[in-house]
Amino acid sequence: MIYLDYSATTPADSRVVDAMTPYFSASFGNPSSVHRFGQLAESAIDSARETVASILKCHPDEIIFTSCGSESDNLAIRGAAYAMREKAGAKWILASRAEHPAVVNTLKHLEKYEGFLIEWLNVNEQGMVTTEIVSKAICNNTSIVSVMYANNEIGTINPIKELAAICKANNILFHTDAVQAAAYLPVDVNDLGVDMMSLGAHKFYGPKGVGALYVRKGTPLVSHLTGGGQEFNLRAGTQNVPYIVGFAESLRLTHEESEKRIAHVKPLRDKVIGTVLETISDSRLTGDMESRLPHHASFAFKDVDGNLLLTLLDAAGFACSSGSACKTGNPEPSEVMNAIGLSRDWGLGSLRVTLGKDTTAENVESFLSALPGLVEKSRQLR
Amino acid sequence: MTKVVVAMSGGVDSSVAAALLKEQGYEVIGMMMRLWSEPGKEESNRCCTPDSMAQARRVAGILDIPFYVVDAKDVFRETVVEYFLEGYARGETPNPCLICNRKIRWTFLLDHALALGADYMATGHYVRIRNAEGGMQNSESKRQLLRAVDRNKDQSYVLHVLNQDKLKHALFPVGDYPKPEIRQIAEKYGLPTASRKDSQDLCFLAGEDYRNFLQRNASEMLKAGDIETVDGTVIGHHSGLANYTIGQRKGLGVESAVPLYVITKHAVRNTLILGTQDQLGSTELTARDVNWVSGEIPNEEFRAEVKIRYTAKEAEAWVTPVGENQAQVRFDAAQRDITAGQAAVFFQGDLLIGGGIIV
Repeated sequence: MIYLDYSATTPADSRVVDAMTPYFSASFGNPSSVHRFGQLAESAIDSARETVASILKCHPDEIIFTSCGSESDNLAIRGAAYAMREKAGAKWILASRAEHPAVVNTLKHLEKYEGFLIEWLNVNEQGMVTTEIVSKAICNNTSIVSVMYANNEIGTINPIKELAAICKANNILFHTDAVQAAAYLPVDVNDLGVDMMSLGAHKFYGPKGVGALYVRKGTPLVSHLTGGGQEFNLRAGTQNVPYIVGFAESLRLTHEESEKRIAHVKPLRDKVIGTVLETISDSRLTGDMESRLPHHASFAFKDVDGNLLLTLLDAAGFACSSGSACKTGNPEPSEVMNAIGLSRDWGLGSLRVTLGKDTTAENVESFLSALPGLVEKSRQLR
Repeated sequence: MTKVVVAMSGGVDSSVAAALLKEQGYEVIGMMMRLWSEPGKEESNRCCTPDSMAQARRVAGILDIPFYVVDAKDVFRETVVEYFLEGYARGETPNPCLICNRKIRWTFLLDHALALGADYMATGHYVRIRNAEGGMQNSESKRQLLRAVDRNKDQSYVLHVLNQDKLKHALFPVGDYPKPEIRQIAEKYGLPTASRKDSQDLCFLAGEDYRNFLQRNASEMLKAGDIETVDGTVIGHHSGLANYTIGQRKGLGVESAVPLYVITKHAVRNTLILGTQDQLGSTELTARDVNWVSGEIPNEEFRAEVKIRYTAKEAEAWVTPVGENQAQVRFDAAQRDITAGQAAVFFQGDLLIGGGIIV
């Protein structure tokens, strides 16, 4: 089996697992406890927070550990929405149509149950939220803008720095979901100028079940998981010490090895894109060619059932993913495919191929030699 | 390793089929089709509710085999549901399970199985398959279809549509076992043993009476018309031919000194014909679209036990092949309830010879 779905998740790096191991049993204390057991655990989280802060170029108390990227998105959006409403009566939130469900459904929830007003930003044909789109959409009443750093389905990188600057100039809070981006892109929050940024460890060779939210000092935020005073009163619940340690170690390794990892995946990724477009008729790249995650290739094939293509690929030994994939055999084009303007006959046939540090040139070769036949097969079965 | 796709339903029979094949050393892949449901009634479709899909996925997990779902909504709607509606429009009582087995399970799904590189496709049907000349399954010899060891569970009736092209790729692992043994095997593997209530309801009727479905989906078909006796006397009005079945006595809404039964439906004249009990039944029927399992048309008439409904008892008869795909059946004794649209299936002992749709 060849794994080509690193945007879905990555295997935990053995160095990360080694760093986590002592905190399950040997050093098991509750960080909130007064005694030495607690102190050792607290020290481990403090170190982890410092490591993360040093990479994000922020202060440690601007890092809130959570259970995953989705929770970070929830805390950022709900927390800021409630706080801004309380502070300034502000109810308008802007987000792109191509956001991850963690953002989209949180906003829909706020709209339905809390009376917030959501405006969905269009994206261009490459799935990008341009400065022009945001400049046009914001107004005096806008309180929060949320735009993802890089898109999970089509790999497009948004001009976060420029978007954040526009928001800052207009006194609007800016949140970015960097869950996909953090594996490869710079996460210096001062350079980016964002107010809030969501991260999840399992996209960069860390464990599943742990995330973080950067919150710029002074950003109004209301806790949505209430209880004890952990995480600066913003996220109650005994901290998951081993996973927080794992988060920090995986982010540290990612930062340290970033150039090497990019140098490994990018030529392979380019080969995938070039060969697929050349060898498969009625195929197109989805997302932007230039402003694109370096490990990410995504396509649309006309008149192909994306779900069936994944099935054929899996049976042939290749694990990929698709924007229209659905485990219950009820495929629909994803919102992202609709947002970039693909018609149904193209939108149902999406394929995402994402590479990682264990992907070899041979893996890519054998994938590329198998794919055209399988696309053809899935067209014949329609 | 020989690859086999098992069509899984989440039920105990197809789950055990997968377990048995794995035990026999096959490389097993589980597949399930997403069939068509009336919009809004997806939860009640008998074959592929989210529940049964979750169950099948769980079974695949326990057996450690891959599991995939194939979208068959459109092809099912176009093929099976259309067939069902057209059958009623012709005044017949169609059996959509037959066309589903032929066009969906053993064509659409089989094509998908073969595309995945499978050599065989298996289902949890109670029926047996063997080589006409003995020998291993993979030999080139012709395949025969036999009734299941467990006669109470035998499902060969709906599989008479299989020809040699299909049978050479078919496996029916549970047909060799009595049902209680299948349950024991399921328990041995820790598989869920709850089986769906044995029911002849059609999967897409969502547990409702077919008349409600017709009302919603083809109400134009339910045109009122006359009720006549066999000699042509109008004695009442019917609410639409599709609302009645051959042999029906109750709910006809006519008054008569002797009990009257539905003898036949006259689709062209939209007329329901009633008669007395002794006018019900016939010693003859004609079958169309006949499939001869061996692939060869018998060259003369032959004795057979003929089954005219899934639940009917077999009846002794002479079967005469007519042309390429028709057959004439002469029963030794008159049969009640011979219903156009259902299948007449010919057996000789355990062996399934063929069958076709009653005209």
